[in-house]
Amino acid sequence: MKTYQIPVSNTWWLKKKSYFFFVIREMTSLFVAGYCLFLLVFISKAAESQQAYTELLVSLKSPVSILLHLIFLAFILYHAITWFNLTPKIMVLHIGEEKIPDGLIAVSIYIGWLAVSLIILWIIFGG
Amino acid sequence: MSESIELEIFRYCPEKDAEPLFKSYQVPFREDWVVLDAINYIKDELDGTLSYRWSCRMGVCGSCGMMVNGEPKLTCSAFLRDYSSGKIRVEPLQGFPVLRDLVSQMDDFINKLTKVKPYILRNENGEKQVEEGEYLQSPAQLAKYKQYTLCINCMLCYSACPIYALDSEFVGPAAIALAQRYNMDSRDQGRKQRQEVIAGHEGIWQCTFVGECSVVCPKNVDPAAAIQRAKVSSTMDFFKGIITLGSKE
Repeated sequence: MKTYQIPVSNTWWLKKKSYFFFVIREMTSLFVAGYCLFLLVFISKAAESQQAYTELLVSLKSPVSILLHLIFLAFILYHAITWFNLTPKIMVLHIGEEKIPDGLIAVSIYIGWLAVSLIILWIIFGG
Repeated sequence: MSESIELEIFRYCPEKDAEPLFKSYQVPFREDWVVLDAINYIKDELDGTLSYRWSCRMGVCGSCGMMVNGEPKLTCSAFLRDYSSGKIRVEPLQGFPVLRDLVSQMDDFINKLTKVKPYILRNENGEKQVEEGEYLQSPAQLAKYKQYTLCINCMLCYSACPIYALDSEFVGPAAIALAQRYNMDSRDQGRKQRQEVIAGHEGIWQCTFVGECSVVCPKNVDPAAAIQRAKVSSTMDFFKGIITLGSKE
């Protein structure tokens, strides 16, 4: 039987707000991966020599580096927050017949995030 | 007729059209009319050649799904009064081959639905004899999967899914949600049989969690959640396999 297949354009992701933000969310993984690579470089420089480590620290204080860090921070925050907000869909918990509200699951994730961040800050500045 | 509204309808006749075209119709605007009423008016009063599917008119049968101004909708639940632009564009559901006008070919969805075995399966020796009575289930066990039982197979979720539009091999939201419905049913023992399809190459791992399937679902089934939960279960299987070194259960 003859049928007609409506073609999908390459710009499908620009046609709906939700598709656009989905593509942005997916794209932000590149920033997460990129920063992980940077941290690996950072560790290898620290292991290389005191001088290499000091040079890296100096270059990190440059305006370009600070700007790049801010851009990465924005995208990584977007990545983390959008995924945290989706967590209640994945973690569906029941107490008896009652489902634990989505909001409560999301809040617990944010509290966990805050706790881990505070521990890291304490290790860096207070430990 | 005091007030009217324009409906721009996707028309495609396989016998004579190589490409589809849009045809405009003026229909009366009535506060209590839904898009399906307007399409029925066109069929009855203006152009009897228009083809489309519908049945219950009350959001239960899932037959009248169409794209209304680019959004997958049950046309029996989409009120004219909610479209203030003065023009409504109606197209067949996105992602499926068009048979004629607003009628999509459902074969692919039906085949996928069949593949996931959406019914209670028991192990070879797990079937109870009639005299042994029913398979009992507590309200708490029912609550775990009840949401997924509400699917009416309207296919709006497939139409909203860009993954399915780009790769029609993807098993898709409703079929996976229904598989998950039975996998989570305490009376069922068929998860292993469904895993082949669900965790296979065209199954859950194709989904990148766009989430639109759940947004457009008229019954709040939340297929996106079902798929992600199936991913969690499959991941657990993987790790269990490592811990037990792949030994058989």
